[in-house]
Amino acid sequence: MTTGPVIELRAATKRFRGATGGVHTAVRELTLSVQPGEFVAVVGPTGCGKSTTLSLVSGLEPPSSGIALVRGEPVLGIPEGIGYMFQNDAVQPWRSVLDNVAAGPRYRGASKAKAREKARVWVEKVGLAKFAGYYPHQLSGGMRKRVALAATLVNEPSILLMDEPFSALDVQTRALMQDELLRLWSGTNAAVVFVTHDLDEAIALADKVIVMTASPATVKSTFDVHLPRPRLVEEIRMTPEFQSVYREIWESLREEVDKARERSVVAS
Amino acid sequence: MSAVSLPAETEAIPARELTGAARAARNRRLKVWSIRVVLVAVWLGSWELAATYWIDPFFYSKPSEVWAKLVDWFTVGTSQGSIWTNIAATMQEAVIGFLIGALAGIVLGVLLGRSPLLSDICAPFIKALNAVPRIVLAALFVIWFGLGMQSKIATAFILVFFAVFFNAFQGAREVDRNLINNARVLGASRFQVLMTIVLPSATSWILASLHSAFGFALIGAVVGEVVGAETGLGLLISRSQGNFDTPGIYAGMIVITVLALLAEAILTALEKRLLKWRPTAAHEQGAQL
Repeated sequence: MTTGPVIELRAATKRFRGATGGVHTAVRELTLSVQPGEFVAVVGPTGCGKSTTLSLVSGLEPPSSGIALVRGEPVLGIPEGIGYMFQNDAVQPWRSVLDNVAAGPRYRGASKAKAREKARVWVEKVGLAKFAGYYPHQLSGGMRKRVALAATLVNEPSILLMDEPFSALDVQTRALMQDELLRLWSGTNAAVVFVTHDLDEAIALADKVIVMTASPATVKSTFDVHLPRPRLVEEIRMTPEFQSVYREIWESLREEVDKARERSVVAS
Repeated sequence: MSAVSLPAETEAIPARELTGAARAARNRRLKVWSIRVVLVAVWLGSWELAATYWIDPFFYSKPSEVWAKLVDWFTVGTSQGSIWTNIAATMQEAVIGFLIGALAGIVLGVLLGRSPLLSDICAPFIKALNAVPRIVLAALFVIWFGLGMQSKIATAFILVFFAVFFNAFQGAREVDRNLINNARVLGASRFQVLMTIVLPSATSWILASLHSAFGFALIGAVVGEVVGAETGLGLLISRSQGNFDTPGIYAGMIVITVLALLAEAILTALEKRLLKWRPTAAHEQGAQL
């Protein structure tokens, strides 16, 4: 057992070749670490390269330079125990809710019956027991998110990467899903990296908020959030502690948002 | 969980409104069908009249003669033996050519669709092969494989293969990257990604091509038979042509058309079954066209 950070990025840089032949730097000299059981939110202006951070950790993209470590080992391929929730719901439209959730265990070699048994537990945990036999197109956006959440958690990941998973939901459904996530996460001791552009969401959920600069992204500053758990996101938002943390982080984030905005005005 | 609309829950709609809607739908169907029947009657009637009074029925035939020919074929038999043996021969060639061609098209299409290197290498060859007037190959296949069944199967195969191949290729290329990444993170191997993500999402593309592909298989079999055969509907047609038996050509065409329509119905049923996960509105419209 390693006692150090479960995720570490050391001066990681990721460049992509653009469609027109130019090179686009998504993240630059990125250094951060996440402890086991820690809930880290990454905020930054829209389109600054936050998602790239997650693909480096997940092994879906190798860094152009620098290094990504998971449990002290360099990331080559997809590390064990990773769960990844994408921005667009990645549910398989040709599978029922139950079989979508059972996909993870099936891929890992469980028998169909075993996988479904495991899946049924998680389908119940996210409150979709009555809809186990439905196809995704018969569900609402919020319900599809629940399917994606269950499909990710059924593998019992020790690292959970979340890429603006709730950004497409309406405000009420989003708050509901945030509470749901906190409830399911508590007690698992999984490390979470939660990427969002919504500062409210970041503070309500996380132990630590990392503010990214405008593109190319790198860490600007890190803030600890000492709000008590268990939390109810709708209520915690009203507390003075929340608001003072919000003001403090917003000071830092605003400059970057302004920078990104100016650039998009110049570009258009 | 309450603010969710599901197809299972239907609201209470007043009975009067429902019957009204049902009656409107029935009336519309009635109208469509009666106009269709009238159109066919006008077409056949004017043909019959024209062939009786103005044009030469020796060249153009007429519906009553075609009908008589069909009755003759099915009750007495054709110059090439029982009509059913001929139908069986043509269908066998078409179905075998269709199955092999579709399978090869799907496998190669998906493979090339998933491998940019392979598709780069093969692209010019495939384009060139596709530009060849393939129906002419039927003449070559008769020389290669003789007058028997193989030459027709080969013709059907070559026509089906390309129709299916291009769709499978496109379908395999348009798979949502998110879904593939998600499956990989969930622990899927490359083969599992292919079987559980790529194939199902290419299915709608592939099935769409199978509709026209069976038509192509029939064309391949019949053209092969016209070029040279010992039995089959194509042979019947070419013999009728040789004897200036115009009604025989029409009768052959009608039999082939009915067979194609039957196959289409079977494929539509298969498609509905395989794509039951899709929203109903979209694929019902697809099936209508």
